[in-house]
Amino acid sequence: MLIIGEKLSIIAKRVREAMMKKDKGPIQEIAIRQWKEGSGMIDANIGPAEDGGEELMQWMVTTIQEVVPLPVCLDTTNFKAIEAGLKVHNNTWGRALINSTSNDPERFPILELGAKYNAQVIGLTVGKGGLPADAEERAAIAAEIMARAMEYGLPLEDLYLDPLVLQIATSQDHALKVIEAIKMFQEMNDPPMKTVVGLSNISNGCPKHIRPILNKYYFIMLMNAGLTSAIADAHEMAEAIREKPLVDAVIEGKTIEDAQKMREIKKTLEVIMGSTLFAHSYLEM
Amino acid sequence: MAFALPTETYAGKVYEVTIGTDKTATFGGENVLPFHNFEGTIPHKPLIAYEIQDVPPEDWPETLRKVYEGKSADPVTWAKHCQDDLKAEAIALRLIGTHPDRENRSAEEAAKTVSDVLAAINVPLIILGSNNPDKDSQVLVAASEAAKGRNCIIGKAQESNHKTIVAAAMANNHKLVAMSELDINLSKQLNILITQMGFDKERIITDPMCSALGYGIEYSYSVMERIRLAALTQNDVIMQPPMMGDIGFYVWKVKEAQASESDLPQWGNLEQRAIGWEAATAAALLLSGAELLIMRHPEAVKTINSFIEELI
Repeated sequence: MLIIGEKLSIIAKRVREAMMKKDKGPIQEIAIRQWKEGSGMIDANIGPAEDGGEELMQWMVTTIQEVVPLPVCLDTTNFKAIEAGLKVHNNTWGRALINSTSNDPERFPILELGAKYNAQVIGLTVGKGGLPADAEERAAIAAEIMARAMEYGLPLEDLYLDPLVLQIATSQDHALKVIEAIKMFQEMNDPPMKTVVGLSNISNGCPKHIRPILNKYYFIMLMNAGLTSAIADAHEMAEAIREKPLVDAVIEGKTIEDAQKMREIKKTLEVIMGSTLFAHSYLEM
Repeated sequence: MAFALPTETYAGKVYEVTIGTDKTATFGGENVLPFHNFEGTIPHKPLIAYEIQDVPPEDWPETLRKVYEGKSADPVTWAKHCQDDLKAEAIALRLIGTHPDRENRSAEEAAKTVSDVLAAINVPLIILGSNNPDKDSQVLVAASEAAKGRNCIIGKAQESNHKTIVAAAMANNHKLVAMSELDINLSKQLNILITQMGFDKERIITDPMCSALGYGIEYSYSVMERIRLAALTQNDVIMQPPMMGDIGFYVWKVKEAQASESDLPQWGNLEQRAIGWEAATAAALLLSGAELLIMRHPEAVKTINSFIEELI
């Protein structure tokens, strides 16, 4: 399981300010922490970065790789910024990952970049027309992206399919559909296609104290479905791995010693599986 | 081999709610989807309440206003007309005149209106605020006290003001409307918050928010349908209160219920069209699971009553 450390995102105030000021301190501190917590790659999310995106991505890649022996996931919609990042990426630590292409023709050139710079690419299974309705639609879009990857010369081994995790608070039924999609994606090639999710989106919009709970147990369910990698909080995922035997026991219908934990796991699995309607206070019911 | 009708059985059941003291009315109590009486029991028909308000209906369209002409100048006369002449089984008094952008009537004035109306009728009363969360939290508290002992429905409690309104309904032994805005998860959350205050879930009426035909009714329909499925198939006790459709309030402000035939001849007769619009909206929400409807036009109510008779 590859954890792509999610913490260097322009959405976080501290990171955004450091990016603006080109202050290496906070960026490197966060990168080092994520590496020590078990990340195998660091996500550098600079947003749409319409102005100065190329320079910013290069600064991020070099700043991160100065202190951490890991590859970087180049996370932006700015094509030129991605290419600029790829030019300075140090492949000694592994190959870069581009986040992302999709089934939108405007995003196809990203695949060409992947092939040209020997980078890997995330294929987000959405089209131009909006969000996929179910697992089957995600798989159909995945097939399109795979065909496109071959056309542009990107080996399928270098393509990570992303089923697009949606918020459980507003799109509860998609939690299970994404798990199904992860299973279906693997069937679409031999060797199985690699998969990735933006994990913490599952708990986006939920009260702060339940976010890690949803993130961790959803991660375990995705892992059981064969997930290859996740853009996530490495610290949380390390906890998830430690708690996995408990979660697996509950899934198998066994009783675990810690009754409180048992309730927490059971209720969370129920909302993920859609057998109980989600509400922010679901754990208190 | 004889044909056997395939039927579903459900794990859950909708709570039965009785309102009023003298003449009472009961709705809910079914353990099946709307009108699926071939699969279980539907002990009560949906209840329709006639809507009146604390101020004359000058904001209502002419088509509707003329039906109540000479009867609606004061709420007491209006309520008696609904009960005695229109044979209303329940009355919904909307305290719209308390809205700060309207007459801005005080909580005391609203409480007086509630007392006066209650003194004049013996059918159950539903007391609705003006949907201004701040003002409602004063008005509905006073109205709740004025109606103490009459087993009314008080509403609508929303997430932002539910604490005071829940406390008032609890203290004065009323039922409560819990309204969220077209979001099934927030609807469940509000019901949880209300029960966490010690209010019995069996005394809640869920209002997932109504929309008129052509103005987002598919959202209301879908949320209500999913709430009912959660109640019945998942036995979700928080989602088992009956549901309300505030039909008239949403229907009579849309263009189709107001535009004249001279402006839009292709739309046909205004009166028929407007009545049809209210009836069609009500019918859709009944089919999605509503057990309590608040309606305005007597002809639309008549249509829906015969619709219910046919289906039940």
